[in-house]
Amino acid sequence: MKQKFDIITSTCVPLPLENVDTDQIIPARFLKATTREEKFFGDNLFRDWRYHPDGSLNEDFVLNNPTYGGEILVAGKNFGSGSSREHAAWAIAGYGFRVVVSSFFADIHKNNELNNFVLPVVVSEGFLQELFDSIDANPQMLVEVNLPAQTITNQATGKSEHFEINAYKKHCLMNGLDDIDFLVANKDKIEAWENASR
Amino acid sequence: MNTLFDKIWDAHVVQQVEEGPTQLYIDRLYCHEVTSPQAFAGMRARGLKCFRPDHIYCMPDHNTPTHDQDKPIEDPVSKAQVDTLAKNAEDFGLNHFGMMHPKNGIIHVVGPERGLTLPGMTIVCGDSHTSTHGAMGAVAFGIGTSEVEMVLASQCILQARPKTMRITIEGELGKGVTAKDMALYMMSKMTTSGATGYFVEYAGSAVRNLTMEGRLTLCNLSIEMGARGGMVAPDETTFEYIKGREYAPKGEAWDKALAYWKTLKSDDDATFDKEVQFDAADIQPMITYGTNPGMGMGITEQIPQTDGTASFEKSLNYMGFQAGESLIGKKIDYVFLGACTNGRIEDFRAFASLVKGRKKADHVIAWLVPGSWMVDAQIREEGLDKVLEEAGFAIRQPGCSACLAMNDDKIPAGKYSVSTSNRNFEGRQGPGARTLLASPLTAAAAAITGVITDPREFM
Repeated sequence: MKQKFDIITSTCVPLPLENVDTDQIIPARFLKATTREEKFFGDNLFRDWRYHPDGSLNEDFVLNNPTYGGEILVAGKNFGSGSSREHAAWAIAGYGFRVVVSSFFADIHKNNELNNFVLPVVVSEGFLQELFDSIDANPQMLVEVNLPAQTITNQATGKSEHFEINAYKKHCLMNGLDDIDFLVANKDKIEAWENASR
Repeated sequence: MNTLFDKIWDAHVVQQVEEGPTQLYIDRLYCHEVTSPQAFAGMRARGLKCFRPDHIYCMPDHNTPTHDQDKPIEDPVSKAQVDTLAKNAEDFGLNHFGMMHPKNGIIHVVGPERGLTLPGMTIVCGDSHTSTHGAMGAVAFGIGTSEVEMVLASQCILQARPKTMRITIEGELGKGVTAKDMALYMMSKMTTSGATGYFVEYAGSAVRNLTMEGRLTLCNLSIEMGARGGMVAPDETTFEYIKGREYAPKGEAWDKALAYWKTLKSDDDATFDKEVQFDAADIQPMITYGTNPGMGMGITEQIPQTDGTASFEKSLNYMGFQAGESLIGKKIDYVFLGACTNGRIEDFRAFASLVKGRKKADHVIAWLVPGSWMVDAQIREEGLDKVLEEAGFAIRQPGCSACLAMNDDKIPAGKYSVSTSNRNFEGRQGPGARTLLASPLTAAAAAITGVITDPREFM
């Protein structure tokens, strides 16, 4: 969903597992939709971790724990590995997350988040661990993600880190633009390339 | 001093966006039914037509049942998705090989076997295993649905240029060691994120000596190390494989193409951002014990001790295994031969060679699923179907099948499946299913004995 992104200050949902793959974020049986219904995908985010096989709620899973909430998901390294399914990004956005913080993202999933106006924020291992500790100590603690300044601040400790994003994508996120708007606006360049490479 | 990757990438740059990504021209877009419907819906919402429809090939593979494909799909949701692809292809004027079409099959099996995938191309698909096509000497990578829409709309994609890595594997593979084992071995050493951010070129004598099918298996699994793509420089093996295939260039066009393809290799003084070496002699038949493809070991080895992470504990707990134990002799329930990883003719030959003259273990349920109708025809032509039937196996109809269980081919909760597919993630082959990734030879050995078995015992 196109939306302008600026500064987000929120509590966090911690998921301190590594190598969370997109099959866990949204299992394959939920990929059969032919439309982009955010609610449907959001409802099935981490489906098999949220519910027991008999359909009952897994109260041990963090999304079912009322102590935690907010627009920022904080996950262990190598988040979003495996399948290219953009449905994973739709599920994260559909659930209401606008930022995912990790020390390392899988490539395709990272692009998918950006293309859905969810901001992947890469932080150092140390910053991530401290963030998990701060959330553990006080689930109400706030994190500020400032896209214009490219900083993330752990308000419990006061520590900030700079994060990377290319200038083009930052411009897109801050102005609610997507890549297709850009591409269809320069078809003359594409035709020129085609003619030159024949 | 360019790498193979640089040569192909650079030849496709339309423009470099200032302080941003590269606008890259795409020669071939493949679409399957799962990751494309929202892209087509987006095109309609924007009132756009496909920019270069003749560059785009569509086929359903994920939802297709592996039996009775001549009848309507029973699951109405799967049927709707497959029908939607057919309608989108028709409305946008795209090539479409529907279910039961003689050219249908898994998109990553069909592309190379029909000559649609050629050296020097840029190729994308809304599927992470698009890395497969790199085996032909192409730059091929998986993308998301928004990116599929970009290519439908403009035949271009915006993409950051990845770093380059060369993985060199020298030496001869031992008995019973296949391309699948090479890949599982590399993953076990590099982890599932060891090549994230890189595009890999595979080199060295062990890679050169692989058949085209073996190279396709190797490149298929590049994504499981996190690499966007993997590639092998085209050589006589590649040219021999392509020549005469349906969509391959013919006559003068062939000569012209061949002259270009022969230039597609990394220069002797090319520099890579990272170089990694492995020795083929160190590799034995592999099997996975955990819930990501990097959690693999030699089949005679023991599960390593915990690395202390919650993820490791969760993984072994899910699999029902203990650190330090051997998997040899563990009872298994299912065997799956197929997928874009190991659904090609060579994989069926390997499986058949091992089960020939033997019998499937009674308690094992085996699903043998060719990657395409072309593979199916070849199996029958070579008489492999007879060998397999005599050993108690049946051949199903082509599709992705139990690799990700979007059709009815689901492994029940708690059951063990020795699978030639590419992912052992929790629930990948069905909710609660326990997957052990292995080669077709190792899968065949397990199918015969009903327990995890070193395939070399039968060779």
